[in-house]
Amino acid sequence: MFKLKNKMILGIVLAVGALLFTMPSVFAKKYDGVTVNILTMEAPQIKGPMVKRAPDFKKLTGATINVIGVPFSDIYPKMESDFATGTNSIDGAVFAPQWMVDFIEPGYFEDLTSKVKSDSAIEWDDIGYFFRSFSSTYGGKIYTIPVDGDFHMIYYRTDLLDAAGISAPTTWEEYTYIASRFHGQDMNGDGTPDYGSCISKKRNAQAYWMIHSIVGGFIQTKGTGQGVFFDTKTMKPLVNNEAFSRALDIYKETTKYAPPDEINLDVGDTRGLWTAGRCALTLDWGDIGTLAIGKNSKVKGKTGAAILPGSRKVLDRSSGKLVSCDLARCPYAINGINHAPFAAFGGWSGAVNTASDKKVKDAAYDFFSFMAQAKQSNVDVTIGITGMNPYRVSQFESLSNWTNAGFSKASAENYLGAIKASLNSPNMILDLRVPNNQRYQQVVLDTEVHRFVSGEISKQEAMQRIEDGWEEVTEELGRKEQLNAYRNTLGY
Amino acid sequence: MTQPNSIEEQLDRQAPAVFIMPAVLIVLFFSIFPLIVSLFVALSRLKFVKGGIQAKFIGTLNFKKLLFGSQQYHFLGKFDQLTLFGYCLIGIFLMIVIFWLYKYLRSGHSSIAGTIGRLVVATGMFFLTLLTIINLTTPKGLPGTLVVTLIYVILGVIIQYIIGLGLAMLCVQNIKGRNFFRMVFFIPMMITPVGIAYLFRMLTDMTKGPFAPIIMWLGMEESSWAVIPWGARIAVMIGDAWQWIPFMFIVLLAGLESLSTEQKEAAVMDGAGKWQIFRDITWPTLLPVSVTIILIRLIEAFKIIDLPNVMTNGGPGIATESLSLHSYFNWRTMDLSGSAAVGYLLMVVAVFICLSFVNIVKNRVEIAQR
Repeated sequence: MFKLKNKMILGIVLAVGALLFTMPSVFAKKYDGVTVNILTMEAPQIKGPMVKRAPDFKKLTGATINVIGVPFSDIYPKMESDFATGTNSIDGAVFAPQWMVDFIEPGYFEDLTSKVKSDSAIEWDDIGYFFRSFSSTYGGKIYTIPVDGDFHMIYYRTDLLDAAGISAPTTWEEYTYIASRFHGQDMNGDGTPDYGSCISKKRNAQAYWMIHSIVGGFIQTKGTGQGVFFDTKTMKPLVNNEAFSRALDIYKETTKYAPPDEINLDVGDTRGLWTAGRCALTLDWGDIGTLAIGKNSKVKGKTGAAILPGSRKVLDRSSGKLVSCDLARCPYAINGINHAPFAAFGGWSGAVNTASDKKVKDAAYDFFSFMAQAKQSNVDVTIGITGMNPYRVSQFESLSNWTNAGFSKASAENYLGAIKASLNSPNMILDLRVPNNQRYQQVVLDTEVHRFVSGEISKQEAMQRIEDGWEEVTEELGRKEQLNAYRNTLGY
Repeated sequence: MTQPNSIEEQLDRQAPAVFIMPAVLIVLFFSIFPLIVSLFVALSRLKFVKGGIQAKFIGTLNFKKLLFGSQQYHFLGKFDQLTLFGYCLIGIFLMIVIFWLYKYLRSGHSSIAGTIGRLVVATGMFFLTLLTIINLTTPKGLPGTLVVTLIYVILGVIIQYIIGLGLAMLCVQNIKGRNFFRMVFFIPMMITPVGIAYLFRMLTDMTKGPFAPIIMWLGMEESSWAVIPWGARIAVMIGDAWQWIPFMFIVLLAGLESLSTEQKEAAVMDGAGKWQIFRDITWPTLLPVSVTIILIRLIEAFKIIDLPNVMTNGGPGIATESLSLHSYFNWRTMDLSGSAAVGYLLMVVAVFICLSFVNIVKNRVEIAQR
């Protein structure tokens, strides 16, 4: 009896001991003690929502997410130097997916295909096809997880245009006409004259995409595969022709109806002017739509969105002249107007450094997946300050997220409709994704367009300099290699 | 018996060199090694590959690009035919140079080395002046980053010196609150340049800045300093001056306070006026310290980057882009060799200007000290 009792006590003690021993592992989280360093832009946008959601992710997984912000123009060199020199202080980066080729070719990015395939929570098929392909995939493998969807659109003040009986601009000529008509009027009731158009034109910022939003409708007519940057047979730049010349004229004309220091304004500045009710028109990504419903916005319920204006005249690539649109030349034209919505930037996307420890890499992927999952993403895309725009199919289909966030049903339909029209356009422009694309855009194009708009050089000089600069980069990197890369990105 | 003494003496003689040598070697290593590496970088094309950087020797291609090729407009600016005004300025400059050389040759202590040195200085100065005149006075001329930097350096340092000297002369007077003013004038120097750049960016904001209501009241809301090249350059120079005038001020104030009052009192007794006292007593005493602080500021001013980067991003166009910013923009776009080439040319110009300045003022300082 005594022995039996002893055995029972011993059994209980052992059971309790075993329980105590295994308890930490029962409560331990998957990534306890793991820290993931993620590089992105230093701004309330993009970095903000990641910082905000990092504690939730830590609660779930135990991983500490350390988000490092640098100015936009420093992201690329910081990544390049960190990976190439083997410093590897960055475990992941949320960046412009058009640069991915420069990091995939040397093998800096982890192939995420298998992780995505085995991750049901991310609902990969719910992510828009364009973002799954252009922003995430290279050579058939998935390298980045999109956390944002980007398209350039125009925004207009519905109250002003309705009162004047004008509809949203469908051509750039209409855009400049509307801008000139409202420029100098007080649009927010503060007694000071406001501006017809506000477009970010600052050098070394995020303004270098704007010119291709204007020129796109003049150059690309026969679908996405035609491309807007180079001739697909010779890799000759499409920048020294009547279409580009017309686009530069329009770009410069908009500055006449703009804030006096527009050429020194970044997108953050023009967005601030828009929400303060100081602009009749603007050209921007999807952020304006959600910023307009913000607490301090003076344009809530007064902001309309539309697909990028187009043109009735388009480029004849053989002669370099502008010719009228017809069915053969502009098969996708709407009412004789050729629209070419520009998927500028492509949407912020997260990639994982292949040199990081396995557990860190897993945690980095899981964090990007967490950010992209509908539960988080559906909320983030409705908040203007996050800088995140819709990119999931369900985000376009369900209006409840948007009405809950403060949109009226009509304005949500208008906003999502403009993005959908861009996303579904067969004539959508893909951003440049050849190796060293930032040298073409961020260096040559940005500098020369800015010099032109600030009056430093003539239009002809600007076009010649862009052409020469792009040719120099192409020659340096190898024409054949660059042409192949360009054709591949266009689906040849 | 004299041998040990001689060894001791020899050791004594060598001791300073031996003690100082490690420090000299370390300094040389840290200054020469980067120079050699960056020269190698400037002569190569670098490509990032997995595991490191691949370098391909391309000779002087980067320098050719900046001086004669696709980047000439960026570095040297845009050229045009000289105007009559430009020819007059060149004529005046040449006359000054010829007079300077003539004075040296007639001074009685000229030498071959000195003459060659002066000819090198004169030739270099002639080209820099010619470039500046072509860039700034011809109808189609535009300054590149070299002339923009020279504007910041020469014009900026002159303005800073004059204002610094004026403030120092005010604060050396026996006025009420003198110590308070000294402290206030000194504060800007303690602020980080990036902070100053953001401060001036906010101050000069035409739509939201503190002066926006005044600008609107003046009816100037349709104009902006940021879109006018000289407006933007002046804004950058004001920010730079605001930061560096305190440096000039504090050193010149110390110089002024060290002046002997007896000399001044004697001059007053002899009936000298204020201007005479300044010209014959104050100025010669201040000259050595002035040369030193101007030289320090010249070297420092060549490195200006924070203000134009934050305030204008080098714009409008490239109107406010300094050589350091030019180099930094190249680096930021991973054109490391292009960046190193700009850096090298900046070093050559900075060394040339500073050495020329020292050579030109050396005799005057010696005369003043006598």
